[in-house]
Amino acid sequence: MTTSTPLSPQGGEHHDAVETNENALELKEVEGLSQGRIVLRRFLRHRGAMAGAVVLAIVVVLATTSIGWGPIPGWWKYTPTQLLPVENAGGSPTLSFGDGITIGNHPMGQDNVGHDVFARVMRGTQQSLLVMVVIGLLATTIGIVIGALAGFLRGRLDNLLMRFTDMVITIPTIMIGAILGAWVGGASPITLAIALSLVTWTSMARLVRGEFLSLREREFVDAARVAGASNGRIMFKHMLPNAVGVIIVNTTLLMASAILLETALSYLGFGIVAPDVSLGQLINEYQTAFATRPWLFWWPGLFIVIIALCVNFIGDGLRDAFDPRQRRIPTRRSMARAARREAASTAVRVDVRG
Amino acid sequence: MLTFLGRRILSSAIVLLGATFIVYMLLAYSLDPLEDLYQSTAPNKEQLIEARVRLLDLDTPPPVRWLKWLGGAAGCVIGQCDLGSSWVTGQQVTSLLGSAIPSTVQLVSMSTVVAILLGITVGIVSALRQYTGFDYGVTFMSFVLYSLPSFWVAVLLKLWGAIGFNDFLADPSLSPLTIVALAVVAGAIWQAILAGPWRRRLLVFGVGAVATAALLAFVSATGWLLNPQLGPVVIALLGVGTAFALTAIFAGLRNRKALYTALTTVAVGVALWYPLQFLFQRATGLMIIVLAVATVGIGALIGWLFGGADRSVSMRIGAITALVVGLLIFIDRIMQVWYAYSNASKINNRPIATIGSQTPGLNGDYWVETLDTFTHLVLPTVALILISFASYTRYSRASLLEVMNQDYIRTARAKGLPERVVTVRHAFRNALIPLATIVPLDIATLFGGAIITERIFAWSGMGTLFITSLGRADAAPVMGYFLVIGTLLVVANIVVDFLYAALDPRIRVNA
Repeated sequence: MTTSTPLSPQGGEHHDAVETNENALELKEVEGLSQGRIVLRRFLRHRGAMAGAVVLAIVVVLATTSIGWGPIPGWWKYTPTQLLPVENAGGSPTLSFGDGITIGNHPMGQDNVGHDVFARVMRGTQQSLLVMVVIGLLATTIGIVIGALAGFLRGRLDNLLMRFTDMVITIPTIMIGAILGAWVGGASPITLAIALSLVTWTSMARLVRGEFLSLREREFVDAARVAGASNGRIMFKHMLPNAVGVIIVNTTLLMASAILLETALSYLGFGIVAPDVSLGQLINEYQTAFATRPWLFWWPGLFIVIIALCVNFIGDGLRDAFDPRQRRIPTRRSMARAARREAASTAVRVDVRG
Repeated sequence: MLTFLGRRILSSAIVLLGATFIVYMLLAYSLDPLEDLYQSTAPNKEQLIEARVRLLDLDTPPPVRWLKWLGGAAGCVIGQCDLGSSWVTGQQVTSLLGSAIPSTVQLVSMSTVVAILLGITVGIVSALRQYTGFDYGVTFMSFVLYSLPSFWVAVLLKLWGAIGFNDFLADPSLSPLTIVALAVVAGAIWQAILAGPWRRRLLVFGVGAVATAALLAFVSATGWLLNPQLGPVVIALLGVGTAFALTAIFAGLRNRKALYTALTTVAVGVALWYPLQFLFQRATGLMIIVLAVATVGIGALIGWLFGGADRSVSMRIGAITALVVGLLIFIDRIMQVWYAYSNASKINNRPIATIGSQTPGLNGDYWVETLDTFTHLVLPTVALILISFASYTRYSRASLLEVMNQDYIRTARAKGLPERVVTVRHAFRNALIPLATIVPLDIATLFGGAIITERIFAWSGMGTLFITSLGRADAAPVMGYFLVIGTLLVVANIVVDFLYAALDPRIRVNA
């Protein structure tokens, strides 16, 4: 394997030498660590994923503590439903960076009836995050069970389950989501999330099935069977932990698409509807005012993008961390450094050209 | 092969049948067409309810109703579709679909083509520049695009793309600061794409920035945007540039026959510019299509006439060059009506439209109408491109990187082929195979998935049909919509299977 780009084939062999060196270094680093520790280490080193995780954590903490969760009060002075006198002209945001940062009473502004947009956006973030997490967990569970059964038991059941999966895949997610949303519309976010989980499990089921089809041919499965383990035990105690990488990665990607699905449905009016608040519903409610009161429209959208982006980055980091073929990509500078170290230790001069 | 096809079609048909059953049941239980009557205060409420129950056959259990619907839908196989009718408007579903499908095709086709071309190009460049600033930038951009909610982007496009641009057109001059900033950005992007040692980067940056600044200054100073024109000179310049670029990429500049083919094609195109203007005065859609086909044919013919050992390469390059030049001439002709169009009373100097698919009551010849369609298409098309562009970039990048690590690439390099040949002939073609299997599915999905874009831009296509019918508890059009989308998806899946087997000889179709 070589990382040399086609433009610099002349540097190829030097790169290879440095790379073997880097591989050796990494192997030495992870010596004696369990697979889980290695994955965690790789994940913690992935800069994009760590940034995503930190930002997402900040968003979650901000959303839950500011206006409180359920009966627990938060530190923010207004609630999403409070009607307040409009402060600035038209309710424009009091957040300003003029001389020092002033937050003011309504940092994200107010709508035309005087709702505090910050409180509403926080509430919407809570709801959307809740839907995202519930869909992620539930759809993953359904997908795992169906995929595992199909992949492990094979035969007629596999055929039946996979045709059923095909049927659900044939129906566009947004269409079936809209129909289900129209059915449970106006219900709580949890109900909506459950309904959407019933259509988003398909990719997970296919992946888990594929994984199980190959895992069931492995020796440790035979060993477990010889030891007298039941089918259920083999599936969920022996095989599932071996498929966990694929599952976790796919769950995060599923969550990222789930938040976009929920907001899209709420935007279309088939998801969470007023007086309940979600990020998509806020955009729907305020879209007519985007020319006159753009802040009403900016903030909910920004939060959707931030959440989806963070989750996508975390998923990317997890994929890299779980993939055994992935190595850390050494930058030019670190490769040069490694080469210098090499040169110093073996007293052989390695010329690395940039 | 035939057995495989038969089995594949049979199983797909069963899947589709099951899917229509699921959707039918969901619709039957989730929609309540009597809702408005329950809340009505009409004195004859009971009779109204009874009449509607009889109209919609609501006393029959849903599975039986599904069978009845299926009986009508089965008629489609022999050309006698009966998908019921919308009970709200009384229109036949087939006629509703008949008017919705063409407008969705119009919306989706342009964006698909542009997204594929752009996505593959950016993905390939990003893969060839792996682990450089450009690569990281593209990766980050694609993540951002993945995470953008389409409805938000669409409204932002309306705000900036339409209202902002139209306001800008009132006084289309750029401040020197803006020109400098844009030029620096353009230069930075060019040097990142072309890469190389720092001296070359600096040179590319300088040339790119100066060229951009000059272009922008010219556009700004002459008010070109108010009355844009290309003219034969600019067409010739752009054509020669295209000819060199295409030859350099696909044949290498040392292949003189290919280069001469491309340049001759450009010369023919520019020579035909003047006579074409007369022909264009009586243009129709059919004529343009015929001309486009003829253009490709002429390009290929020129390549064939130049002959040589590698005839097909010349023909291909000739055809593509001809297409580009033809497109330039077409754009030039459309630009000629721009001034009249944007000054028309219906348009009132705000050419970029935000809703609908055409300006009502705008009378004009073929060119004005085409331009009108374009100004309506531009925003939804950009919105759709932004959504699908990211995935094409990711796929083509990953695909090319994987191919570049194959042994046959090493072999090709080892036998001394130039890097261009290795990339274009050995790697690029094979990298396209996985993409060819994504595109049909993507088109089918996009067809049904343009729901949000259609809604925001008030485009009366399939998505609008679905959303309005669902909102009115009108099940028949929704079923019709799903039948089209579902069939399309199932067919796309079969096409993908065969495409894969046809393109990759390692894959055998086993019956």
